[in-house]
Amino acid sequence: MKKTLVAATAFAMTAQAALAETTQITWWHGMGGANEQVINQVAEKFNAAQSACAITPVSKGTYEEALAAGIAAFRSGEQPNILQVFDAGAATIINAKGATIPAEDILAQNGHKLDRDAFIDGIRYFYADANGKFIGMPFNSSAPIMYVNDDAMKKAGVTPPKTWAEFEAIAPKLKEAGYTPLVASQLTWMFFENYFSRNNVQMASNNNGYDGFEGTELHATSPELLAFWTRVKDWHDKGLFGYYGAGWADNQKPFEEGKVALWIGSSGSFGGLSKTAVMPFSADFLPYDETVKDGNKSSFIGGASLFAMSGKPEAENKCTADFFNFLTTTDIQKFYHQATGYVAITKAAYEASKAEGWYEKHPQAEVGIKQLLLPQGEWSKGYRLGFYPQIRVIEEREYNKIFAGETTVEDAFKTIETEGNELLAKFAKTSG
Amino acid sequence: MTDLPAPPLPRLARLRARFLAAPEPAKRVQFDRPLLPWLFLLPQLAVIVVFFYWPSVQAITSSFYIEDPFGFGSTFVGMENYGDALGSAEYRRIAGFTAFFTVMVTALALGLGLLLAVKADKVIRGRSAYRTALISVYAIAPPVAGLMGMMLFDQHIGPFVKLAGWFGWDMKVGLNYWDTAFAMIVVSVWKQVPYNFIFFLSGLQGIPAAVREAAVIDCKNGLRRFAGITLPLLAPTGFFLLIINITYALFDTFAVIDVMVKDKPANNPITLVYKVYLDGFRGNDIGGSSAQSVILMLVVLVLTLVQFRYLERRVHYG
Repeated sequence: MKKTLVAATAFAMTAQAALAETTQITWWHGMGGANEQVINQVAEKFNAAQSACAITPVSKGTYEEALAAGIAAFRSGEQPNILQVFDAGAATIINAKGATIPAEDILAQNGHKLDRDAFIDGIRYFYADANGKFIGMPFNSSAPIMYVNDDAMKKAGVTPPKTWAEFEAIAPKLKEAGYTPLVASQLTWMFFENYFSRNNVQMASNNNGYDGFEGTELHATSPELLAFWTRVKDWHDKGLFGYYGAGWADNQKPFEEGKVALWIGSSGSFGGLSKTAVMPFSADFLPYDETVKDGNKSSFIGGASLFAMSGKPEAENKCTADFFNFLTTTDIQKFYHQATGYVAITKAAYEASKAEGWYEKHPQAEVGIKQLLLPQGEWSKGYRLGFYPQIRVIEEREYNKIFAGETTVEDAFKTIETEGNELLAKFAKTSG
Repeated sequence: MTDLPAPPLPRLARLRARFLAAPEPAKRVQFDRPLLPWLFLLPQLAVIVVFFYWPSVQAITSSFYIEDPFGFGSTFVGMENYGDALGSAEYRRIAGFTAFFTVMVTALALGLGLLLAVKADKVIRGRSAYRTALISVYAIAPPVAGLMGMMLFDQHIGPFVKLAGWFGWDMKVGLNYWDTAFAMIVVSVWKQVPYNFIFFLSGLQGIPAAVREAAVIDCKNGLRRFAGITLPLLAPTGFFLLIINITYALFDTFAVIDVMVKDKPANNPITLVYKVYLDGFRGNDIGGSSAQSVILMLVVLVLTLVQFRYLERRVHYG
C-alpha cells in the first residue's frame, strides 16, 4: 500500500514536471480492444524515449468515426495533431490539400529524412500521391489473407487452396466433413477491392483514380469480376460459401467456433484470433483467380495511416515529425507488428523479426507481408476514389441482395457501378 | 350560459384557454421596465437559436452546395442535392420503410401501453410492484436497448432466434430485410411501451370515479364502456402520446437502429434520419445529407400541422 502510494506520488510529480516543459500533442485513432492497448503502449514508449514531447492517443471509436470526428474538429479549428485515416477514406483526406501536411514534408521540415525504399513495396503507394510522395504516414497496414482450420483440412484430407479452382475442387469434401467450406468478412475489401489487386484488373479509370477525380469511373462490371462473383453466388447456393451479413464479427465467429474450414480475414485479425479460436489454425494467401491472365499479384494494403493535420504551432509539428520518425524505427515497428499482427511496414523490421525467429513460432504472422511482397501488378498499387466509404455502403447493400436472391450478380454490379459513378462525379465537384 | 360558474378545467385546457382568450390590457403591463421580460426569456431563446435556428439555417444553406468535407471548396448546385435524394430509388425505398416503421411502432407502442395501463389500473394487490416493473424499462437508454436487442436476435447466439427456429422460422437478422425490420420494431416498441403506460395510467386515474360508476350503471358491456367513456376521456393523453410516439419512431429510434445494424446497414432497413447520418457522417457528403435533413424537417412540419389542424379538433379537453 505504502509502496503504491509512493510510486503514485512520484508518478504524479514527474507527470507534473513533465507537463511544465513538454509540448503536448494529440493523436486520434479508430482502434478498440487489444489494438487500442498496443497504441497506448506505443505512445508510452515514445513519451519515455524523450522528454521534449508528450503524445496522448484518443480512441474515437471506429475508423469511420475517427475520420468524421477529425473532419468536424478541423472545421471548428479543434483538430488533433495526428489523425488516423483508413484505406477507404484516403481520397477524402488527401484531396483536402490544406487539411494536412504531407508526411514527407513535415519530416523534412523538422530535420528527418524519409527513405521511401526502406518501406515494403506494397505499402509505398497507397497513401502517396501520383509521384510517390508520402502524404500519410503508413502505420497499421494489413492484408486480406485466408485463415485455415487445420482440423478441417485433416478431416477432409485436403490442403489449403492457392486458387479459386483449387477451392472448388476441395470444397465438396470439406462440406462432407461437416464444415462450411468458406466464409469471408468484409466482402468489399476481400472480394471487390482486392479482387482487382490480386488479379491485376483495373478498378477505376484515370489510373484507379490517382490521375485526378474528374471523370473517374468505377469498373464494377468488369467481366472478370462478374465471372468471379457468379462463382461465389454458385458456391453460396450449393452451401460451399457461408454469408452472415455485412458485419465483420458475424462472419468471423463461426470460424472461431471451428465450424468453418476457411475464413478470409485481415492479417490484423491474427492477434485476436489466437485468443479466441477453439482449434489450431494456419494462414495462407488470399486465393487468386486462375482464369485471369497475369494474376497472383500483391494485394492492396488495408488498415490505416497517420496524417499530420495542418494549422498547428511549429513546436507541435516538430513533435509530430519526431513521432512519425520514431514510428519507423525498427524496434517500434517490430513491437507493433508482433503485438497486433499488422504487417511490418519497413523491410528492416521484417528482417529483424525474421532474424529473431518470430515467424518460426508464428508462421501466420508472415503471410500478410509475404502477400504484400508478391510482384506488384499495374493495378495493385492502390486506388484513390472519392466518397469511397459511401460506395462501400452501396456494395454491402447489393451483396446482401445477391445472397438473398433479390437480384442477380449482373444487376447488382450494374447498380454499384451506376450509383458509384454518381458519387464519384459528385466528389469531383467538391473541390470546385 | 355565461352566468354559470365555469367548471374546473384540467391544466392543459386551462393553459389553452389562456392562450385563446382575448388579451386583457390591465394584466399585460406586469413589468416596469420593458427589457426585463426579454431578460427572462433570454436563456430559452438562446438555447433555441443556438441549437435549432442556427443549425437549421446552416443545413438549408449547405443543402444548395456540394462541399469538400473539410470545408475548403464548394460548388453551388441549386436544387441538385434535393433532386438526387428524391430521384433515388433507394431514398424512396427508405422513405417507404420509415413510414411503415413509424406506423407500426406508434400503433403497437400505443396499443400495448394502453392495454397494460387498463389492466394495471384494475390490479389492487401489489399494484406498485407491477407498475414499477412496467415502468423500469423506460430507464434503459436507447443504445443499451439496441445492444440487448442485438444479443437477443444475434444470428449465432440469440435466444429469440433459437426460439423462432423451433417454430420453423429461420431467422437471419442482419441478412434478411424483414427479419431485421421485425427485430427493430420489437426493440423500439419494447423501449417505448413504458412511457405510454405511465401517461395512460395517470390519464385513467384522472377519470373521476363518479363518471365510471355512472357508466357501470348505464352499460353492462365493459368493452362498450371502454369505447364510449374511457377512451374519449383519454383522448387528450392519447393525442399527446401520438405526437410523442411519432417523433420517437422517426428520430429517437436512431440509436436502436445504429446498434442493431452494427454500423453496416447493407441491405437492412434503415430510417430517413439514419440515412442522413450515414451520408453526412459516414460518407462525408455534407450537401446531400443537409438536403435530406431539410426534407425531413419539412415532413415533420407538415405532419405536426396536420395533427394540430385536423386531429386536435376531435379531442376534447375536460
